[in-house]
Amino acid sequence: MQFVSYSFLLFLAVVFVVYYLVPGRFQWMVLLAASYVFYLFAGPKYLIYIMATTLTTWLAARQIDNLKARQDLYLEENKKSLSREEKKLYKTATKKKQRLVMLGALLLNLGILAVVKYTNFAISNINAVINLAGGKPLGFVSLVLPLGISFYTFRALSYLIDVYRKTIPAEKNVFKFALFVSFFPQLIQGPISRFTQLESGLFSPHRLSWKRVSFGLQRILWGYMKKMVIADRIVIGLNTMTGDTATYAGAYVLVEVFFYAIQLYADFSGGLDMAIGAGQIFGVTLPENFERPFFSKSIKEYWNRWHITMGAWFTDYIFYPISVCKPMLNLSKWSRSHLGPVLGRRLSVYLSSFAVWLATGVWHGASWNFVFWGLSNYLVIMISQELEPLYRRFHQKFDVNGNLLYKIFQVARTFLLMGFLRMYDCFDSVLTTWRMVAGVPFGGNWNILWNGSLMQIGLTAADYVILGAGILLMFLVSMSQRSGSVREKIHAKPYAVRFVIWTALFMVVLLTGAYGIGYDASNFIYNQF
Amino acid sequence: MKRRKIFWRRFFRVTVSGIVICSMLFLLERLLVPKYSVGTQDGAMIAEYYDDAPKHNLIIIGDSEMYENISPLVLWQNYGINCYIRGSAQQLIWQSCYLLEDTLRHETPEAVIINITSMQYAEPQKESYNRMTLEGMRWSTSKVKAIFASMTEEESFWEYVFPLLRYHSRWNDLTEDDFRLMFSEEPVSLNGYMMQVGVKPAENVPAGRPLADYAFSDVCYEYLDKITALCKEYGVELILMKSPSVYPYWYDEWDAQIKEYAEKNQIKYLNCVNNEEIGLNFQTDTFDGGLHLNVGGAEIYSNFLGRWLQSETGISDLRGDSELSHEWEQKAADYDAKKSEKYRELTDS
Repeated sequence: MQFVSYSFLLFLAVVFVVYYLVPGRFQWMVLLAASYVFYLFAGPKYLIYIMATTLTTWLAARQIDNLKARQDLYLEENKKSLSREEKKLYKTATKKKQRLVMLGALLLNLGILAVVKYTNFAISNINAVINLAGGKPLGFVSLVLPLGISFYTFRALSYLIDVYRKTIPAEKNVFKFALFVSFFPQLIQGPISRFTQLESGLFSPHRLSWKRVSFGLQRILWGYMKKMVIADRIVIGLNTMTGDTATYAGAYVLVEVFFYAIQLYADFSGGLDMAIGAGQIFGVTLPENFERPFFSKSIKEYWNRWHITMGAWFTDYIFYPISVCKPMLNLSKWSRSHLGPVLGRRLSVYLSSFAVWLATGVWHGASWNFVFWGLSNYLVIMISQELEPLYRRFHQKFDVNGNLLYKIFQVARTFLLMGFLRMYDCFDSVLTTWRMVAGVPFGGNWNILWNGSLMQIGLTAADYVILGAGILLMFLVSMSQRSGSVREKIHAKPYAVRFVIWTALFMVVLLTGAYGIGYDASNFIYNQF
Repeated sequence: MKRRKIFWRRFFRVTVSGIVICSMLFLLERLLVPKYSVGTQDGAMIAEYYDDAPKHNLIIIGDSEMYENISPLVLWQNYGINCYIRGSAQQLIWQSCYLLEDTLRHETPEAVIINITSMQYAEPQKESYNRMTLEGMRWSTSKVKAIFASMTEEESFWEYVFPLLRYHSRWNDLTEDDFRLMFSEEPVSLNGYMMQVGVKPAENVPAGRPLADYAFSDVCYEYLDKITALCKEYGVELILMKSPSVYPYWYDEWDAQIKEYAEKNQIKYLNCVNNEEIGLNFQTDTFDGGLHLNVGGAEIYSNFLGRWLQSETGISDLRGDSELSHEWEQKAADYDAKKSEKYRELTDS
């Protein structure tokens, strides 16, 4: 069931009514049932995967907690008879058992994710080697990719690691944990929330709040605007260009950079708006995933504002553990003594960051394009970090700090740089991406930007007007968000003003949204008969 | 007291807001839905049926082979048959079935003619054809069933319930007609007959391609059974008919299956393909090379059909009904005026 579907709206309405009709203590059960029904719509065969992840992580977390409880009991009962050394040995043994349980569940779930998501990618690479050797290639396997598997696996694993780290106690009720893993608004595209972030929202009773529900609906509507009016319209032109690299080269790639940046942001953040809005309707506050990323002045800042929950996950569960693991500490110690304090200190950061960006790339998709995309981000961030002292001196010398024009330059630079990196996502291979991006200055076709060629890529003048207005609206809302919640600002206005604003937005989505059969309904009826 | 005040204020706001939004949506929908009477007219006839008095003693249901080939005026003037054609482009057998069900809710004619050309289609064909049949039907359980039976994979039931969702992007194609015809469309047919006056002789008609399987699907038979049962239930004489045309090809194997079905269920079957008794000349009586008849051909064929109905079914002659006679006088005048206008347009072009 897609967010942009009539069935989802109907489903949401039914769940909403049932949720607020049942007594508060049963509300979370309604959400659990709804989440599994939602998942069932994707296909019953997928249920086994999410149930397996839920059960294994819940059992592992409970076992970790039980081991701790058993240890505490044993130490309490024998506190007089055991020596300090014996207590320490017992604790170490318990910790080892806990680690084994945690690693077992971790490997099992990452294994499931790896098998369903990356088997064919691995086979295609093995086949490339076999082809070189003149052997018979392996056949691809047909595996189902369960809905939202990357998201729910990461959510479940974050919980498991947090229990292991004793940041949170294990949840005793398996059904409550199942709701955390499967909560339907965040199932498809996240955010990757943590147990502590959702616990109170999911399991506490909620009374119907007019303001909260209307805010949730407004957020959903805004998401629909981004997704249906902007993303699903601009993608028509984008697909035309990226689907024919021979025709659409040179300056067209610059247009693609801009189009894809807008499409990806409007699509992804629009989907998240819908998820967060749906959560809000039920009194569950999902974490924000975007914070006006296109206003970032550096790549590092950009990654702190784009897909925030994923970045935080990789930082907490990959970067820090690698940075402080025993081999890394030993390497750091060795490098400080052999390579000097500066390089020695940075080596662990370089290696941990490399692991993070490699994982980020692989997580985004099973192809070399994503691996290169992740590593390119790593390279740019590392270079920027190394050049930081140089930038600082430049800023001081030319006194550009706080200069508006310079800020605009930084924002534009970051936008373009990220835009070109994203091109890995648009073309079918790494080499094609390099060829297309390198060919921008040499295409000799800059006139396409004004000679009407952009009217031949599947978008009409009306489409450009709608896109222009939509993007401008998105920009103005982002600007306004800098000084606080836009919905709160609108809420403070008289009812008539609020009514006009939200009705106008609803009509814009309804009339200019790129949805329905073939999208160009009028052409279909009049031209095809 | 204060809480009550707040409640009523909210109630008032919600009510007024709801009314304003619903009115806007209603107006937008009326504006944006296609106006078949000035566009693809083949989608207009289904809705026009409801404007005619439900006193028909013959109902004809089917696709363009019905609504372009049979002139109800001839049936009335020469045989006293008050007929209405519930026709739409590429009407499928389940649509015919639910149109019959819908019709029987309004009236009980003496006879119903069903075009069996649609027996060859076991699956929905095109959304545009579905729309032309279904949009004109008034809401009833028959319409709901017809929609669910007809939808292609990409269609949604909700887009039939709220056509604005389907036609939302037409704002870019609006014409003056869309504003003019927002609340009432101009009739395009005479009792469901769509007049064509051009002449395009049937030449170089392609031979029928051999098929891998000639058997009609079970789904089609299921709906034909429903039609048969409905007619029996209401005491209506059912006639299965294949209209005269030289193309698309009507295979002997298909003909044999319908014959067998008709015999088994004791239904009359009239196959007019290559029927010389009718007296059609496909050099002069067709406007599209033998697929459909022009007005001259339709009048010849209707004369034949009227004669056949009188002799085979004993259908009543209603010319003694003064009210109906009066209505048909007006319709005859409209028919003649339209015919003259169409001929004039043809000559001018």
